[in-house]
Amino acid sequence: MKNKLLGIPYIIWMAIFVVAPLILVVIFAFTGRNGGFTLENFSTMNQYVGVFGDSFLLALVATMACIFIGYPLAYFLSRENAALKGMAMMLIMLPMWMNFLLRTYSWMSLLEDTGLLNRLFQAIHLIDLVNVIGSSMAGLLNQPYEPIEFFHMINTPGAVILGMVYNFLPFMVLPIFSVIDKIDHRVIEAAQDLGADSTVVFRRIIFPLSLPGVLSGVTMVFIPSVSTFVISGLLGGGKTMLLGDLIQMQFSGNTYNPNLGSAISLVMMVIVLVCISIMNRFGSGGEEAVVL
Amino acid sequence: MSKELIRLSDCVMKFDDDLILDHINLYINDKEFLTLLGPSGCGKTTTLRIIGGFQKPTSGDVFFDGVRINDLPPHKRKVNTVFQKYALFTHMNIFENVAFGLRIAKIPPKELTVRVEEALTLVNLGGYGKRTVDSLSGGQQQRVAIARAIVNRPQVLLLDEPLGALDLKLRKDMQIELKKIQQQVGITFVYVTHDQEEALSMSDTIVVMNQGRIQQIGTPQDIYNEPKNAFVADFIGESNIIDGIMHADGVVGMYGKRFPCLDSGFSPNEPVDVVIRPEDIDIVPVEQGQLTGVVTEVTFKGVHYDTIVDFRGFKWLIQTTDYSPVGAKIGVKIDPDGFHIMKKSRYSGMFGDYSSYSAEYDELSESAEDSGDEE
Repeated sequence: MKNKLLGIPYIIWMAIFVVAPLILVVIFAFTGRNGGFTLENFSTMNQYVGVFGDSFLLALVATMACIFIGYPLAYFLSRENAALKGMAMMLIMLPMWMNFLLRTYSWMSLLEDTGLLNRLFQAIHLIDLVNVIGSSMAGLLNQPYEPIEFFHMINTPGAVILGMVYNFLPFMVLPIFSVIDKIDHRVIEAAQDLGADSTVVFRRIIFPLSLPGVLSGVTMVFIPSVSTFVISGLLGGGKTMLLGDLIQMQFSGNTYNPNLGSAISLVMMVIVLVCISIMNRFGSGGEEAVVL
Repeated sequence: MSKELIRLSDCVMKFDDDLILDHINLYINDKEFLTLLGPSGCGKTTTLRIIGGFQKPTSGDVFFDGVRINDLPPHKRKVNTVFQKYALFTHMNIFENVAFGLRIAKIPPKELTVRVEEALTLVNLGGYGKRTVDSLSGGQQQRVAIARAIVNRPQVLLLDEPLGALDLKLRKDMQIELKKIQQQVGITFVYVTHDQEEALSMSDTIVVMNQGRIQQIGTPQDIYNEPKNAFVADFIGESNIIDGIMHADGVVGMYGKRFPCLDSGFSPNEPVDVVIRPEDIDIVPVEQGQLTGVVTEVTFKGVHYDTIVDFRGFKWLIQTTDYSPVGAKIGVKIDPDGFHIMKKSRYSGMFGDYSSYSAEYDELSESAEDSGDEE
């Protein structure tokens, strides 16, 4: 009885700040500007198919990149001694303690055409090298060649993905690390005892047992990536419009249309939920399939 | 006598400056049920892990069938292990758990299925293949762990306190079952336990260890009837250990009196430890007793009474079916074969006095044993 009472503050919080807004979003999505029921918000959405596609594609690429960087990191870290683990965890989390905007702005000044990275490339004559190679190649092919003065990095989809990976990588590393770190060492010894070398131990024991960590990592990277508007705004320069930008435009700016914004949010939420439920089913029931 | 299969030669194990194994010499015969017995921290699990290949001795050699295997990794050794707390693969069903080793050995599917089913049947789990690990009880999981190991037909099965997590009744059943399985498949079992009763009832050979050293190697009967020192006498069963003097062959002195015994081979008047098992002592009327004492405590144990008797400040434990009330003055009589005489050792004077006896001594020793799980 006591325990139930302790839950009340959170239940009230949930009701006011989670359930009620959700209901409001649904109501807004199904109403027109005049306040009456309409499906117009959804029927006009097909013009944004490209935005949906771009958003999910970029988020997917960023998530994959996080897995490829984060998984090996988490795996090798889990085999180290406690002191190094703690140190590495600190370093991984350190950027998260700095302001999100600040971090993203600093990437801007790094990636700019006249930014730090390009100046570095000039200083070590990397750009000259590219020009030499480029012009000689062009000469061979009898093509005109225009020498470059910098690498164009900012305001590209690549920069947006970089920003996503940079900002969300810890959310991939931490769950994978904690799952692998908790694998009972005796289970690994049991596998070795039964004839498994280190490759087989990884493929048949560690990897399948780490999948729940990968799944939660994917969820924690994919969802903020798909809905971000700060990263795409600052590093994408508004050239690749993502769902986050689109929704933001409906609430602030001259295209003010909260009903459409709510409808887009709702559709995005449903797609994400479907993705997650598919993933979870794959994760819990399909381990055997992954193993073999 | 069957041939020697495993030999540990002068094995020393050190972690930093802690000496875990102190020059262990041990050989294990083919098809033998050998038990490493000792309190937690005595080095028995380390010894097993050296045989399994999970740890390398700091110095000394390990031989398997005459070949030195110090540097052979676990997955290349012809031994399989049943781990403490089973270490089953929770992400696979029972069939796949048992089939794990066979799949690595690339056994053809038909033979694999037959062998897995055979192994499961052997441990009384036929038809459990499709079940998940979590749906089985502790005893069933233990049997899966055994099936998973023996399905590979190893020459040696290592068992690291496999019954430690089971309740008493189940443990007794599994002891009988394990012994049966060992005889059925005819392979060598190396069994680690801190439970002396388990060791006595299952083993062909018992190796008693303490503080990284082997204290005694022998058959269960040898170990119980002829313990080499006070540690072994105290660890295996209950023992009253009294300071004595060996006056001559067959005559031992204690409490200033002489008693006939069967032991011989000591120098005249050599100080010795005298072991008297609690069940070898008869309570008799005072006038007929070889010694007289006062009962200080009586506990009913079902089959017998645990009676604590004070003999001039040294308290004995006597197990008898005769009830003697607290405060009663009694005599005791010990037959010559009830005495066991041991040479003095570093353990002399450390064990065998029941002054600190309390009725809860069983529970106390149980909880002390539980702490050994982290070993």
